[in-house]
Amino acid sequence: MQRYSALSLLRGGLNGQKSWQRAWRDPAPKSHYDVIIIGGGGHGLATAYYLAKVHGIRNVAVLERGWIGGGNTGRNTTIVRSNYRQPALHNLFEFSLKLWEGMSDDLNYNVMFSQRGAMFLGHSDSDMIRLAERGDAMRAAGIDAEFMTMDQLRKKLPLLDLSDKARYPIVGALNQPRGGTARHDAVAWGYARAADALGVDVIQNCEVLGIDRVGGKVTGVQTTRGPIGADRVGICVAGNSGQVAAMADLRLPIESHLLQAFVSEPVKPMVDMVIMSQSIHAYVSQSDKGEIVMGGDPDLYPTYSQRGRPDRIEGVAGQCIALFPALSRLRMLRSWAGTTDMSFDGSPIIGTTPVEGLYLNGGWCYGGFKATPASGWTYAYTLAKGEPHALNAPFSLDRFETGATIDETGAGPMPHHR
Amino acid sequence: MLLIACPNCGPRAQAEFTFERPLASIVTPTETLPDLIHKLFTRENPRGPSWELWRHTYGCAGWLKVHRDTHNHQISAALPVDMETPS
Repeated sequence: MQRYSALSLLRGGLNGQKSWQRAWRDPAPKSHYDVIIIGGGGHGLATAYYLAKVHGIRNVAVLERGWIGGGNTGRNTTIVRSNYRQPALHNLFEFSLKLWEGMSDDLNYNVMFSQRGAMFLGHSDSDMIRLAERGDAMRAAGIDAEFMTMDQLRKKLPLLDLSDKARYPIVGALNQPRGGTARHDAVAWGYARAADALGVDVIQNCEVLGIDRVGGKVTGVQTTRGPIGADRVGICVAGNSGQVAAMADLRLPIESHLLQAFVSEPVKPMVDMVIMSQSIHAYVSQSDKGEIVMGGDPDLYPTYSQRGRPDRIEGVAGQCIALFPALSRLRMLRSWAGTTDMSFDGSPIIGTTPVEGLYLNGGWCYGGFKATPASGWTYAYTLAKGEPHALNAPFSLDRFETGATIDETGAGPMPHHR
Repeated sequence: MLLIACPNCGPRAQAEFTFERPLASIVTPTETLPDLIHKLFTRENPRGPSWELWRHTYGCAGWLKVHRDTHNHQISAALPVDMETPS
């Protein structure tokens, strides 16, 4: 692998950018792999990378139906944080955050991770009590969390509507200073390049059509580029997990919904943190290009269409404008939708399945991007050892029938948590 | 946005409706445990047409059965909830 550095940039600048190699190969599928990962999103590529790097398993293929990072990895709002209340969740996401902090060096790829702070606004006394409980739980686990007073908010975010007349009056906030954003495409490309350098075959335009089993054990997959054998197969196709798992006659506790995201035209810096809300579900940040990135509730009905409903755009824009009135002057540049695996407790599934040799990573609801490195790391461990790591053991597929759900919002069996 | 023909009110925008659950996932008091798990959690989650339970929440507040394709959004039927579902 050609290493990227300040020197290589300089060299490129002097020779007309002719010295760059392609970032990863375009291999034809081999007849057999130790591990096949279905899905070339950030999670799948990270899994392959950690399989090769941590566990020395390099005879690995990542099969992607479309192109690398063309699914939800490139459709999210790029927020990274670990401010969850429940231990199973904040342990996983904090482990992830620590991997984020070293990711650019580790991958030799600038993922533009920017720890600008991720903040939940509180709109009422009860909001603040819930935020205090969350902050206490985080600090008890050694995760950074700090209350923001109104004075601090005024200084930090002068464009936030902190007046008494605000549509959503703000009374305080809980900040996680180490939270922030990253460049989502770079995460997929960085992991693809680093995995490829360790010998992993990243195979694009290769759709899995079936999962082969002999005597109840997985032996490989059928694809649009022919059959490929494998000792172990890992599903990692958030949005379509149910469809792929059905190839092995599994039914998952997942419903497929849409989540939309929106960006405005680019403007000069006006929001230098990630702003979320405890009671309304809008979240706002500003990309490095200057676009205001916005998101909110999912579309709240099952669909695979990747086409968002327009009333949601209006709703989210209304919430964001209520928080930041200045946003009303901006034009919306783009909106898009991704199909998300909504699980029935709001938490992901990473682990084994009842089919021998078949593993599952999915159910990320609308919170998968920030987990990319930890998801890959724990899934690689699970695929290598045949059993989950302590970090992902609570996120088992059978937790719904045993009642051990990880329900951060206490919403019960509904596939649309917030 | 979907245009859903409420049996009581006629065609209305999706914004007036809420999706409840797949019609096959309505839980009755006499479910066996495996059936209950299927209905609450391991639902079919089809990529294609299926029957669903919706409510005209911000209209007549009535329940309705909708036959809808989750891939192309085509709605082929919207019936009162007490009408028998065609097989």
